[in-house]
Amino acid sequence: MTYDPGPDVVEVVRGPSPGGLGGAYRAFGETLRGLKTTMSRVVEGPTTIQYPEEKVAVYPRFRGRHRLHRFEDTGLEKCVGCSLCAAACPADCIRVVAAENTPDHRVSAGERYAAVYEINLSRCIFCGYCEVACPFDAITMGHDFEMSDYHRSDLIFTKEMLLAEPLERAPLRAEGE
Amino acid sequence: MTTVYAEVGFYEPVWIQILKALVIFAVGLQIVPIVLLAERKLLGRFQNRYGPNRVGPFGAMQPLADIGKLLWKEEFRPRTSIQFLFVLAPIISIITATATLAAVPFGNVVDIFGEPVGLYGVDLNIGILYVFAFGAIAFYGIVLGGWASGSKYSFLGAMRGAAQLISYEVAGGLAVVGVVMMAGTLSLTEIVEAQAADGLWFVIPQFVGFLVFLTAGFAETNRAPFDLPEADAELVGGYNTEYGGGGFATYFMAEYLNIVVISAITATLFLGGWLLPFGIDPPTWVDPLVVIAKIGALSFFFIWIRATLPRLRYDQLMSFGWKILLPLATINTLVTAILVVVW
Repeated sequence: MTYDPGPDVVEVVRGPSPGGLGGAYRAFGETLRGLKTTMSRVVEGPTTIQYPEEKVAVYPRFRGRHRLHRFEDTGLEKCVGCSLCAAACPADCIRVVAAENTPDHRVSAGERYAAVYEINLSRCIFCGYCEVACPFDAITMGHDFEMSDYHRSDLIFTKEMLLAEPLERAPLRAEGE
Repeated sequence: MTTVYAEVGFYEPVWIQILKALVIFAVGLQIVPIVLLAERKLLGRFQNRYGPNRVGPFGAMQPLADIGKLLWKEEFRPRTSIQFLFVLAPIISIITATATLAAVPFGNVVDIFGEPVGLYGVDLNIGILYVFAFGAIAFYGIVLGGWASGSKYSFLGAMRGAAQLISYEVAGGLAVVGVVMMAGTLSLTEIVEAQAADGLWFVIPQFVGFLVFLTAGFAETNRAPFDLPEADAELVGGYNTEYGGGGFATYFMAEYLNIVVISAITATLFLGGWLLPFGIDPPTWVDPLVVIAKIGALSFFFIWIRATLPRLRYDQLMSFGWKILLPLATINTLVTAILVVVW
């Protein structure tokens, strides 16, 4: 007795097999359909973003080049030279040398400040752990992503460069965009 | 003493013939970079992108940049190649393409400086045969180029080119027979005249012939979907794999000139040459512009097809040529013959 698979069997609907005059006729029709498809691409117009002139806006949480911050009211640096960012960095690209603040020479709000703060952007993997590790929100990931340069040494960003405003701001997406 | 190069109703002075040759050569070759640019721009549009738009306004200088780059490159020749044939092959390609241009009629006889001048290179009484003869010789350019390169890819491309020629030249030739029977002449000018007399372009009564001829034209110009002699995906570059610099530029130019020529021949045979539809009879100076507009429209169609259809497999190419196109062309010829006799 043969096995009866019951209603589980799905009837397969096959298209007509190619070949013969009918096949040639169908191929002609399909060619016309294809021509219509490609022409509708022309009507749609290009979707290219002409990069150097047009830029894609980044999202607010985009992790671009780092920035160091100052307090807006006092102008003192937020960074206290604790080196937690350097410890958190998986690529080991942050170098912090701390120094004591004195009453005559007060740079940051805390006890110490970062005398040297360098990020080697040719090693940075833009993971954002430094931002997470920072107890004072002194370092954040900015929105800059155009950082190519001709020399590796130019990619070692110093504290002054990180504190400064970026020369050209990356466009930011509007709310809900 | 006049030398009769071709049987025409009159013999133009030599200086007019030379002038005509120069003008047709100049105009014909000016269409090539335009088609080249149009192809790249349109292929872009067909794929939702812009195409070249960096060199010059709207990328208009792109063909110049392409050709300039190629001409500045070193002429490289593989050690296994045969120098004489390797150099000769692209030259054959470009010469045959240019020679076919001579038979394309851009208009009827007009008066220039008091001399009756035909707006064509030559009005041969065997016009179509001339076109087909040079179309066949053009394949020597491909076959010799591929063979003389001494490389496997080139050789494969050349062999495919030869096989493709045999398959499609037959069907294309048979498709034209219908037009020849309806017009009662082989001369391209008189074929256009016949379409004017009937007031009906041959594309309507000879629609099947038109389709077959156009398909054969795609095969003859090695354009997608019949670009098997080149087949960049499988054969690197096919017959032109080993060519670089000037040789490649020549092949490149011959390919686009072939598109222009096949478009022009199709326009002449089926689309009424310099005629305008609906009985519009413009002054004679419009005629060449009408022909050029029709060439442009057909070239656009060539590019459109290239953007749409994938390359045929080799056996599909063969079976399509022999099993579908050839019977269609034969039936078309038979039916036309019967109708021409009965009418």
